[in-house]
Amino acid sequence: MPELTLLEAIRQGLDEAMAADARVFVFGEDVGRRGGVFRVTEGLLDKYGPLRVIDSPLAESVIVGACIGAAMNDARPIAEIQFADFIYPAFNQIISEAARIRYRSNDDWHVPLVIRAPYGGGIHGALYHSQSIEALFCHVPGLKVVAPATPYDAKALLKASLADPDPVLFLEHKKCYRLIKGQVPDGDYQVEIGKADIKRQGSDLTVLTYGLMLHYSLEAAEVLAGEDIDVEVVDLRTLRPLDTATILASVRKTSKLLIVHEDNLTGGLGGELAAIVAQEAFEQLDAPIMRVCGPDVPAMPYAKPLEEAFLPSPATIADAMRVLAAY
Amino acid sequence: MTETKKAKPVPASNGTTNGAAPLEGYAPVMYDIARENADEMKQHYYQMVLLRRFEERAREMYTKAKIGGYCHLNLGEEATIIGLMAALQEPDYIYTNYREHGYIIARGVEPGPVMAELFGKEDGISGGRGGSMHLFDASKHFMGGYGIVGGQCPLATGAAYAINYKGDPGVVLCQVGDSTTNIGAWYESLNLAALYNLPVIFFIVNNGFGMGTSVEEHSSEPDLWKKGDSFRIHGERVDGTDVLAVRDAARRLRERAEKERKPAIMDVVSFRFIGHSVIDSDRYRDQAEVKANRLKFDPITKFEQQLREAGMIDDAYVKEIGDRVEGEVQAAIDFADKSPAPKMEDMYQYMYATDVPNIISDAERELFEARLSGGK
Ligand SMILES: Cc1ncc(C[n+]2csc(CCOP(=O)(O)OP(=O)(O)O)c2C)c(N)n1
Repeated sequence: MPELTLLEAIRQGLDEAMAADARVFVFGEDVGRRGGVFRVTEGLLDKYGPLRVIDSPLAESVIVGACIGAAMNDARPIAEIQFADFIYPAFNQIISEAARIRYRSNDDWHVPLVIRAPYGGGIHGALYHSQSIEALFCHVPGLKVVAPATPYDAKALLKASLADPDPVLFLEHKKCYRLIKGQVPDGDYQVEIGKADIKRQGSDLTVLTYGLMLHYSLEAAEVLAGEDIDVEVVDLRTLRPLDTATILASVRKTSKLLIVHEDNLTGGLGGELAAIVAQEAFEQLDAPIMRVCGPDVPAMPYAKPLEEAFLPSPATIADAMRVLAAY
Repeated sequence: MTETKKAKPVPASNGTTNGAAPLEGYAPVMYDIARENADEMKQHYYQMVLLRRFEERAREMYTKAKIGGYCHLNLGEEATIIGLMAALQEPDYIYTNYREHGYIIARGVEPGPVMAELFGKEDGISGGRGGSMHLFDASKHFMGGYGIVGGQCPLATGAAYAINYKGDPGVVLCQVGDSTTNIGAWYESLNLAALYNLPVIFFIVNNGFGMGTSVEEHSSEPDLWKKGDSFRIHGERVDGTDVLAVRDAARRLRERAEKERKPAIMDVVSFRFIGHSVIDSDRYRDQAEVKANRLKFDPITKFEQQLREAGMIDDAYVKEIGDRVEGEVQAAIDFADKSPAPKMEDMYQYMYATDVPNIISDAERELFEARLSGGK
């Protein structure tokens, strides 16, 4: 199996999907000639032409909105939001329209749309090029939210998102783009939307996480292994719908739960995860549920030390693991 | 290989070539350099050279990793900025996009705190938390660089509403890029500005491209000055490489906005010298053409030529300004270098005016404090 970066895996997924289905097109700012800001769509214009790889005007509302309309009309659009931070002009289209059309039309219409958005910090992007947006969208019934952290998962989940008959927000951690490499099979293979994956087996405590924080948590777990603490790390992969079966089985096994996300604490996905576990596995818990999250400040600051403090690090995650293990 | 994009030619001042009638949309250029105040002209020249050098050195500092993230330069837009700023008055409010280093310096903020902001330092104009795209100075009525495209348009419109409402002096200047004229917030703002007779000038820095997409590709109406037509907003095109043409048009429309409460659109044409941001390789443009256009549409050499012909400056003066600017920009870099990093506690500063609890418990606080000091 060839080794690819997360970015290359997504590009390969796009390429294979476009080759396999003429209904698939890519619509977004500078996705064509420039190949996207991160070069995810590089080469696609040459291969599939300007009718299928479209440099849109700078207008997120209509980028997503037009894709919703096209999806309802049997196309398979992939809308690219250049940075997740720029998705808000399209918020209304996603929430009021895409997420509700199946329900609202009494199942007459549906929206097989994928919205790709690079999110997250750690690249010195400052306030408006670093945000985590997932919690805002996970709140919305009718949407699916996917956040793969490995090249293997990313390619397969992109295909699964395209095959899904409902709108999927596909989040790509931009710091992982080139940092994370892994084996990726050529062609099709399956990873289902809605299935978490245990990336590291362990018995002393469970970590629920996703995105860049998966890799930091795995790093921290390795350190803890040297201290005879055996950490299980669960990669959620899909943030809505949550894989409650895998989540609960892991917590029932280890009896301790640490939730790690880069998105800020209050109202973040961690709150929901904690509520599910408290409700369903209260009897099996041996310690309070802990969270390591981004601080509740309005956006990731630019200055390097502040950015570093904003992001949970392997060291701070390891600290929390120790506290929990010792409880 | 995908074809690179032909850069749009920038018309000569006034849109005229060899005394032909002005091109459609251009206001006639009335100034006569011989009748201008020589000291003022020299000041404009100095400022243009300062902005140029500031940006060149910022670019260099980026390659030295003193600056990170996203950094957009005003190279090629010096006449656009200095001409505009010469027309604005003290009470006016200025909103810009993220490509704003030159605007805030021209507005009178020292280069030192601007460079320190690019470096992410405590003495930066925004305390290091914003960086290149988020420069603010309330005392100068500089209402910020906006990292979200179009974010500034409704705000500028609202500021103009407040001016009307309170009967204050001044107007609002809303700077945007050409590509920004495609986003909803732009149109919503135009409508309001016209409907409520607001003293706001929408100032389009038309550098030919929004990132890698040319004006012709991104706007169904590439004559951007016409984009206010259906809102009954007057628009005109100005040669953005001609500092005095920009100054005169901005002055006239500013006065009209203030006296007659009429918004206007200025479509100010220039040529973007390099890629979209410092790290943009600019591969989508034909580099031979970009190089040629940099020479052809260099606002500084153009103005220098005008001033030399008018006998206002000579070789010695050009050298003197070069040396002075070199020293000033170096001083700004030194200032930025010496400034300390922002304090960790500042992370939580300035979220609310009042004391708002932000931490759940003492245990939680302890963990966060450990984190701020880099883990236990
Ligand atoms: C809402 C939003 N969408 C997209 C972006 C990303 N982006 C930043 S600048 C830019 C191009 C803007 O071009 P233009 O308005 O012509 O201004 P210029 O950069 O040329 O000054 C894009 C697409 C953004 N910052 N905000």
